[in-house]
Amino acid sequence: MKIVVGGGSCGLAAGADFIIEQFKEEGFDVGLTGCIGTCYLEPIVEVHHKDKIHRYTNVFKDQVDQIIMDIKCLEFPLEDLVTNEINKQSRIVLKNCGIINPESIDDYLHKSGYQALEKVLSYMTPQGVIKLIKKSGLRGRGGAGFPTWFKWQAAHDSLGDKKFMVCNADEGDPGAFMDRSVLEGDPHSLIEGMIIGAYAIGASKGCVYVRAEYPLAIKRLEIAIDQAERRGYLGENILGSDFNFKLHIKAGAGAFVCGEETALIASLEGERGMPRLKPPFPAQKGYKDYPTNINNVETLANIPWIISKGGDAFSKIGYKKSYGTKVFALTGKVKNGGLVEVPMGMTLREVIYTIGGGIKDNKPFKAVQLGGPSGGCIPESLLDTPVAYENINKTGAIVGSGGMVVMDNSTCMVSMAKFFLEFTCHESCGKCTYCRIGTRQMLEILNRITNGKGSSSDIELLEDLSYKVKEGSMCGLGQTAPNPVLTTLKYFKHEYLEHIEGKCKAGVCGALLKYEIIDTCLGCTVCKKACPTSAITGQLKKVHEIDQDKCIKCGHCIDKCKFGAILRR
Amino acid sequence: MSCSCTNNIEEIDLNLLSDLLKTYNSENSNLITVLQQVQDIYGYLPRKALYEVAKVTGIKEAKVYGVATFYSQFRLKPVGKHLIMLCQGTACHVNGSAMVEVALKEILGVHEGDMTLDGMFTYINVACLGCCSLAPVMMIDDQTYANLTPGLIKGIIEDIRLEEAI
Repeated sequence: MKIVVGGGSCGLAAGADFIIEQFKEEGFDVGLTGCIGTCYLEPIVEVHHKDKIHRYTNVFKDQVDQIIMDIKCLEFPLEDLVTNEINKQSRIVLKNCGIINPESIDDYLHKSGYQALEKVLSYMTPQGVIKLIKKSGLRGRGGAGFPTWFKWQAAHDSLGDKKFMVCNADEGDPGAFMDRSVLEGDPHSLIEGMIIGAYAIGASKGCVYVRAEYPLAIKRLEIAIDQAERRGYLGENILGSDFNFKLHIKAGAGAFVCGEETALIASLEGERGMPRLKPPFPAQKGYKDYPTNINNVETLANIPWIISKGGDAFSKIGYKKSYGTKVFALTGKVKNGGLVEVPMGMTLREVIYTIGGGIKDNKPFKAVQLGGPSGGCIPESLLDTPVAYENINKTGAIVGSGGMVVMDNSTCMVSMAKFFLEFTCHESCGKCTYCRIGTRQMLEILNRITNGKGSSSDIELLEDLSYKVKEGSMCGLGQTAPNPVLTTLKYFKHEYLEHIEGKCKAGVCGALLKYEIIDTCLGCTVCKKACPTSAITGQLKKVHEIDQDKCIKCGHCIDKCKFGAILRR
Repeated sequence: MSCSCTNNIEEIDLNLLSDLLKTYNSENSNLITVLQQVQDIYGYLPRKALYEVAKVTGIKEAKVYGVATFYSQFRLKPVGKHLIMLCQGTACHVNGSAMVEVALKEILGVHEGDMTLDGMFTYINVACLGCCSLAPVMMIDDQTYANLTPGLIKGIIEDIRLEEAI
C-alpha cells in the first residue's frame, strides 16, 4: 500500500501540500509524482494497492479522512477520471509525467530510462544518431518548427575543439507550461535527450537555461543531474565509453526575447539578452564563439523515445510534414484545462471538444489563441484545421510552443490583441526601431480604439504598421509581434468597427460601457454605498441614478445589487 | 560645486559581498548569476552594491547597470517582507486577472512595483507562472494561490497580516 500525491507546481497551488501533510500526520508514507496534465482535477491522490492504482481527484482537505477510511476497508472508487482523460491522448513526451517520482532515478530506470543512451553509446555513431533523427522527421517544438536533425548536422559539421549543447527552458510564452511540467515531472528524459544530442554533435559541455520563475523545476533538475552524475550517465567516460559530457543549470532572469537563440547565448554570457544578426548561426559561432546547438525541452524529451522505438515509429504518427505528437497547454474558458499530448494532425475541434470537454458553462465558442504573443486567434469557422505546422501557419497563427487559450463570447478580441501587444511591446529588447517604437505606436492605436476614441482610419494605420514591424525587425519577436493584431483584424474586424462606433459587446472595455439603473430599483442604497466615486445618488426606497460623468465603470454597483436593477450596456 | 546625486544613496553593508566577489573570475563567471546572488543577499540590487560589483569585477558600471535593468527579475528598489507576484499570463487574463489586480491594489494601497508603507508587501506583475489551468493565480513568496477572486485576495492578505501581527 502506497500513497502518491501529484506535486507539480499546479498540484501544490491547488493545495497538494496540505493533503500531503495530513496523510503524513496520520502516519502514512507519501510518495511524490509530477503533474499528470489533468490540472483541473488537482489535487490528485493515488492509492497503490496490489498492482492497482486508485485515483481520487479534486481532493479537499476534509476528504482525507474519507480516503483513509476507504484504505482501511479496501473499498476504492470505481471510476478513474484521470486515466479516462489520458487514454484519449497519445503520450510520448509526457509518458512518465505524473506516473513516476521525478526525484528518483530508479523510477526512471524502471521505465526503460537511459536505455536509449546505452544503445547510442554501444552501437551508434554520431552520424548514425543524426540519420535516425532525420528519419523520424522531428521538428523543433519551441516555436519555429525547424528540423532538429538539420541543426544537429550543422553543429556536428562545425569545426571546433569545444562544442556546447544548450537546452532552452526559458518558457516565456504566457499561457504555455509544458516545459515546466517535463522539468518537474520527468527531468531525466530531458537529460537523456541532451546527452544523446551532445554525443551526436560532439559537445562536451551543456547547459539548461531555465526561467527563474520556475523554482521547483530548477530544484528537481538539480536533483536529477546530481543523480545522473552519480550513476555515471553524466561526467567522464559515460557508461564506459570515451564520451564525456558535463551539464549545468543557468537560471534565466526574466526576458521573453531570450527565447531567441542568439539572445539566449548573449544571456548565457552574462550580457543583456539582445539578438544579433544571423549568420553566423549558433551552430558555427555560438556560446563564447564555440559551435553551439540549442533545442527546446519538448524536442529533447522526444529523443529517447525516438532512439528506442526507431525513426519510422515516430514518423508514422502525425500529419503531412508534421510528425509525432505535440503537447498543448489547453487553458482559458475550457472545461478540462491542462496539458494534452495529441498526434499532430488532430483537428482543433477534437482537441477542444473531445479532449478539452468543450467550453466552460456551455457558453458559445468564440476563438482559440495559438502560439502566444507570436501567434494568432482562430475563429470557429476554422476549427476543423488540423494541428500541424503548415496548416496552422496558413490561418495566420502558429503552433508555437503549444499554448492553446480558448475564449468564449465574454472575451473582447480587440482587448485580447491589446493584451498581447502590451506584452511584446514591454518585452522588445529595443534593438530594432520598428519593434521598439512600432509596437508602441500600435499599442497606442489599440488603446485609442478600446477607449472609444478610435476612427476608421486607425484600422488601416494598424495594418500598415503591422507589416512594417514584421519587415523591419531582426528577430522572431518583432517579426511575429503583429500576428495577434493581424489575425483579429482578419477574423474579427467587426469587433474593431464596433469599438470605433462606441460598443464593446463582450462588455470588457470599460470606457465603452455604460451602467444604468432601471425602474425595478427598490432604493436599498447598497449600490450607493458601494460606489467609490459617489456617482450614485438617490433616496431610500426611491429609484437611484448614476451620474455618467462621475462613473468610473468599476462595476462595484452591479456586483452588489441583489435585484438585478443595474444594467451594463 | 560637486555632484550631489550620491547623497540619496542608501547605506548598505558591503562586507556581505566580499565572499561572493572573491570567487569571481572573468573566464567562467557570469554577471547575471552574480547579480542574482547579490539580490539574494539584499533582497534587491542596491546602487552601492552595483558599484562594488563593477569595481571588483572590472566590468564597466554602465554595463552592470545595463544588465540589471534589462531583466525583469532584478529590482532596484527594496522589497517588502512578502513579495506578491500576480500572474499576467494569457489564461489568467482571460479568466479575470484584471479584476484581481484592481482588488489587490485597493487592499494594499500601492501601485505595481511598490512596497506597502508598513514594509510588509511588495506587489509586482509577472509574465506567467505556468499554472494556467488554475488561473488566475499569484505567488506570495514560495506559495502559489490559485483560482483567485477579488474576495479571496482580501482573505489571503488579511491572513498574512494577522499572522505577522502575532
